[in-house]
Amino acid sequence: MAKIEVKNVYKIFGTEPLTVLSMVKKGASKEEVLEETGHTVGLDNVSISVEEGETFVCMGLSGSGKSTLIRHLNRLIDPTDGEIIVDGTNVMQLNEKELINFRKHEMSMVFQRFGLFPHKTVMQNVAYGLEIQGKELQERNKIAMAQIEAVGLQGFENQYPSQLSGGMQQRVGLARALATNPEILLMDEAFSALDPLIRSDMQKQLLELQGQLKKTIFFITHDLDESLKLGDHIGILNHGRLVQVGTPEDIIMNPADDYVAAFVKDVNRAKVLRARTVMVQSEKLNGREIKLSESYKVDADTYIEEFLPRVLQDRSTIVVVDKKGDTMGYITEKELAISLSKTSHNEPKKTF
Amino acid sequence: MIKIIKKYINYLYLAVFVVLIVVSYLSSKRKPDNVTELFTDLGWLNNFPKWLDVPFMHWINTGWRWFSSEYGLVFDAIGYVLLRAYVITKNLLVDTPWPLVVLGVVALTYFASGKKIGTTIFVGFCTFSIGFLNPRFWDKAIETTTIVFIGILLCIMVGLPVGIAMARNPRVRNAILPVLDLMQVIPSFCYLIPGIILFGLGAIPAIIGIFIYSCPPLIRLTDLGIRLVDKEVIEAAESFGANKKQKLWGVQMPLALPNIMQGINQCTMMALAMVVIASMIGTRGLGDEVLLGLQQLNVGSSLEAGLAIVLLAIVFDRITQAYGEKIQEKTQPTIKKKKYKI
Repeated sequence: MAKIEVKNVYKIFGTEPLTVLSMVKKGASKEEVLEETGHTVGLDNVSISVEEGETFVCMGLSGSGKSTLIRHLNRLIDPTDGEIIVDGTNVMQLNEKELINFRKHEMSMVFQRFGLFPHKTVMQNVAYGLEIQGKELQERNKIAMAQIEAVGLQGFENQYPSQLSGGMQQRVGLARALATNPEILLMDEAFSALDPLIRSDMQKQLLELQGQLKKTIFFITHDLDESLKLGDHIGILNHGRLVQVGTPEDIIMNPADDYVAAFVKDVNRAKVLRARTVMVQSEKLNGREIKLSESYKVDADTYIEEFLPRVLQDRSTIVVVDKKGDTMGYITEKELAISLSKTSHNEPKKTF
Repeated sequence: MIKIIKKYINYLYLAVFVVLIVVSYLSSKRKPDNVTELFTDLGWLNNFPKWLDVPFMHWINTGWRWFSSEYGLVFDAIGYVLLRAYVITKNLLVDTPWPLVVLGVVALTYFASGKKIGTTIFVGFCTFSIGFLNPRFWDKAIETTTIVFIGILLCIMVGLPVGIAMARNPRVRNAILPVLDLMQVIPSFCYLIPGIILFGLGAIPAIIGIFIYSCPPLIRLTDLGIRLVDKEVIEAAESFGANKKQKLWGVQMPLALPNIMQGINQCTMMALAMVVIASMIGTRGLGDEVLLGLQQLNVGSSLEAGLAIVLLAIVFDRITQAYGEKIQEKTQPTIKKKKYKI
């Protein structure tokens, strides 16, 4: 069973959303609804399921409804229609008390502009969730200190957020979210406000933490590179509609529409595509001649960028092997040329 | 139900308006002998007709008479409590030797400002100068201070909860905003004089006047301060499962405090302005010295008293401002300058 399940969620902003709902359900576009009724469609029939322990990245440009979507998961925003099931609990059926309890234990959130409490020290900020849970001061300070150390901010625990740099502040945000030890982490453009170097640092740190903790992460971003780097699955939102869900390779190799295609156009494919995706399978060679003498073996999960220099250097053919060492397929210059070119592919490739 | 009311509300207004016109026509003594005259003699279109007069004054007077006779006791009780508070505080301060009072103000400033020496000395000097201008002013300033102090306490006790309620509920805000406008705009004598009828001459109507005149900015700034708190910070609190109470006292109020302190500061300044006006209804204090000087055409004396009020205002302002700044530093700390020894 999926950890988070979003089923046919609609969100319409305006004075009388319910009357507009039927119109949206009939398939009216965002512009039509806005023009005719003055209501804004935030989410339009969005269904997502996120498995336990995976990082699901939701991507879209500003105004695509991604920040609205993430706030539905802990009901900071209530949907107009649809169901949200987290860990088997229907979030929509919780009353106020149950909802508060749910938020205390089930998930925590990291914010784009950090959302730190300016009047509390780093320690008090990190311990906030525990304080709300009603833990004793000593216990919560102990847990908070451990989290502060985990994100590498020891020595800063008595500073105020405004005394820290952006990257450090977001580390506090991350530590605060992790301190309550929730199963689900919601990250709303968590790294978007940081400069590129710090951002890539934070991404690395998140991947490391995730490697140990195996949380279920719902991550929002407008940056494709970030989503490809972090996501096990990526969902792309456009005008409140979910246009494509898939693995990073799926998205790159088979963009569902022009919008997604425009998104992935400039991506560095060598960093994202793996050998198994671009190879030609041994049985489909159809008698093509392969110069096996100059070939060498790579694992099916290797990224192109790792063996690309080798191919360029001595024009060798790559033999793609699985974990046992059996040959799965081959990669020649031709396959590389096709998979790395920016133009769309004539023959769709299945990737699994 | 609400929807139906919303739909027909404009018709309701129209009906009320028509009823008002008819009532004013019928109750007027200067109406024409016959309604048909209105159609034959169109002279009433020239000048505003005398019969088109809502008997508002009449209604209010009737209402007021009924109100003061029915609820007079309630106001007597309120007045008595306020008067006791006033007399006790005033006597305490008047009986205290003046150097002790000056020292008390200095100590208060020192701790309220977060141990700023400059502000403390300045405020101490200003306090001393009030008596220095004219020894008679000392006790009068204490009377004024006590009135202002009790008025502000009343403002805080009422203003803070109202401001919080406004920030939390847009409907409450919509209902209260026009009341605040009314309180600020209506000329002060319009409520000072009824105040005398309800509470008698002296300090109490002045305190009520201060409340009506200077409470609105505090309410507005409390409401604004709470609503201005960064939405993401509120969301952060909510996302960790903070309930309304934890959100209000743990996040919203501390972050709104600089604004609320600004509101209290504004409240204080307006209260001091009101005290002078209130001297015209027999409230004793520094304002009464200004009035006396004017009545005797003694420019020097009234200016001296005016200066004393300014000094008092400075003392109030510095203390509340300094306290506000101290809080602001706590809630929005900037990078502390490290002191290096050379």
